[in-house]
Amino acid sequence: MLFSKILNHLGRYVMMMGTAISRPERFSMYYKETMRQMIDIGIGSLVIVGLISIFIGAVTAVQFAYQLDGTLVPRYYIGYIVRDSTIIELAPTITCLVLAGKVGSNIAAEIGGMRQKEHIDAMEIMGVNTAAYLITPKLLAALVVIPMLVALAAFISIIGGYLASVPAGLMSDAEYVQGLRSFFLARNINLMFVKSAVFAFILTTVSSYQGYYVKGGSIELGKASTNAVVFSDILILLADYMIAVLFT
Amino acid sequence: MIRTENIFKSFDENEVLKGITTEFYKGKTNLIIGRSGAGKTVLLKILVGLFQPTSGKVFYDNTDFFDLNKKQVRSIRMKVGMLFQASALFDSMTVEENIRFPLDMFTTMTKKEKLDRVNYCLERVSLGGVNAKYPSEISGGMQKRVGIARAIVLDPQYLFCDEPNSGLDPKTALVIDELIRDITIENNITTIINTHDMNSVMEIGDNILLLYQGKVAWQGNNTEVLHSDNEILQDFIFASPFLQRLRKAALEKQG
Repeated sequence: MLFSKILNHLGRYVMMMGTAISRPERFSMYYKETMRQMIDIGIGSLVIVGLISIFIGAVTAVQFAYQLDGTLVPRYYIGYIVRDSTIIELAPTITCLVLAGKVGSNIAAEIGGMRQKEHIDAMEIMGVNTAAYLITPKLLAALVVIPMLVALAAFISIIGGYLASVPAGLMSDAEYVQGLRSFFLARNINLMFVKSAVFAFILTTVSSYQGYYVKGGSIELGKASTNAVVFSDILILLADYMIAVLFT
Repeated sequence: MIRTENIFKSFDENEVLKGITTEFYKGKTNLIIGRSGAGKTVLLKILVGLFQPTSGKVFYDNTDFFDLNKKQVRSIRMKVGMLFQASALFDSMTVEENIRFPLDMFTTMTKKEKLDRVNYCLERVSLGGVNAKYPSEISGGMQKRVGIARAIVLDPQYLFCDEPNSGLDPKTALVIDELIRDITIENNITTIINTHDMNSVMEIGDNILLLYQGKVAWQGNNTEVLHSDNEILQDFIFASPFLQRLRKAALEKQG
C-alpha cells in the first residue's frame, strides 16, 4: 500500500517535471517571472541566511575550542575545522534546510493557492503550459540564487567563527587566519556548489509538486505546505548522504 | 458550434454524467442548468478540457477535442475564453495586467497595441479607467466584468461562463447577463453558461439544457420553458409557489 502510494507520487512527480521542462510559450514572460523569483528567493532570504550562518560559525568555533582545549592539537586547527565543516556540510545543508522551510513552504502555498482559486485552470484554458510557467522560473531562479546564498552563508559562518573565538580570547587573530589558510582543497568548494544545486532542485520541485496537486480547502493547503518542508528536508538529507558517499 | 456525443464521467464509483449527447449553437447563449450535483460543472469542465471524460466525445466544429495532440489542443484553447465562478483573477496583478496576460503570453503585439486592446475590452464591459486597480480593490460585479474582459481579449470563438451571476445582486446579475448575450451576438461566438439563476434562464436562454442526475432531462429555449410539461423542468424552474403562480398568470395572459 505504502509502496504503491510512493510509486504513484513518484510517477506524478516525473510527469509534472516532464511537462515543466519544455519550450516556453514566450521567453520574455518566463524571464520576467524568473527575475521576480530570484528576488523573492535571494533577497528575501538574505537576513535569515545571514543570521543562521553567523551563529553556525560561532557555535562551531566555540564548540571545537572547548573540545580541543588541553589537547596537543594546535589551536589554529579551529579555523581550519570551522572553514571545512562550514564549506562541506553546514553551509549547504543547514542553509537549504532553512530555505526548504522558508522558500519551499512559500512555493507550495503560492502554487496550491493558485490551484484552489482556479488560477491554474484559467491559465490552462488560455493555453498556458502551467507546469512550465509556474515551476520552471522558480527552479531556474533557485538553481542560480541558492548556490550564491550558500556561498555567502559559508563566508558569513567563517566570520561568525572569527567573531566568537578571536575577541573572546580563544585564539589569536593570526592563529584563526592560519587555520583558514591551512590544508585548503578547492574540490570542497565544488562539493559545496554541487550540494547546493542538488538541494535547490529538490526543495523547489518537491514543494512545487505539493502545491500543484493540492486538493480541497485551506486545511489541505496547510498540509501541502507542511509536506513540502518535511519531504524536502528528508530528501535533502538523503541526497546529502549520497553525495557524501559519492564524492568522498 | 460544440457537440457532445455520449459523454460519461465517473469519479471512482460515482457516475456523475450518464451519456450526455447534445449541441451548443454558434451565436446563441447556451445554458446548462440543473440542481446542485446534477453534473453541470463537470460537463463544463469536460467541454473546456479540464476533465477527461470516462467515455464519449466533444467536437469543436467537427474536431474531436480529445483526439488532438498537445499543440492542437493549445491552438483550440487560443480560441476559448472562460469566466470562472470566482472570476479567477490573478491577485498579484492589476486589472490591466490580468487582461493583458493572454496578450503577453501569446501575441507579438506592441505595448501600445496591447494597451489599446485592454482599454477596448475594459470599455466593452463598461469599466474604463480601472486599469491600475487590483482585484481586491474592486467589487464582485466588477471582478466578473474584468473576468469577461480577460476572456474576450483574444477574440475567442467559444466563451464559457461558470455561474457568472453567483454572489451578485439581481440588478448586477442582469447587467452581466446582457453583457454576455451582447458579446455573443456581436462576435457570433458559441457561448455556454452554467447557471442556477432563473432570471438568466428566462432572459438569455437561447438554448437551455437541463441536467438531472447526470442525464439530459430537457432541452429547449426560454419561450418553451413556460409551455413545457416536463415535470423535472417545472419542478426546477418554478420551484416556489410564487413562481408557479407567476407561470400560471403568464400562460393565462398568453391565452
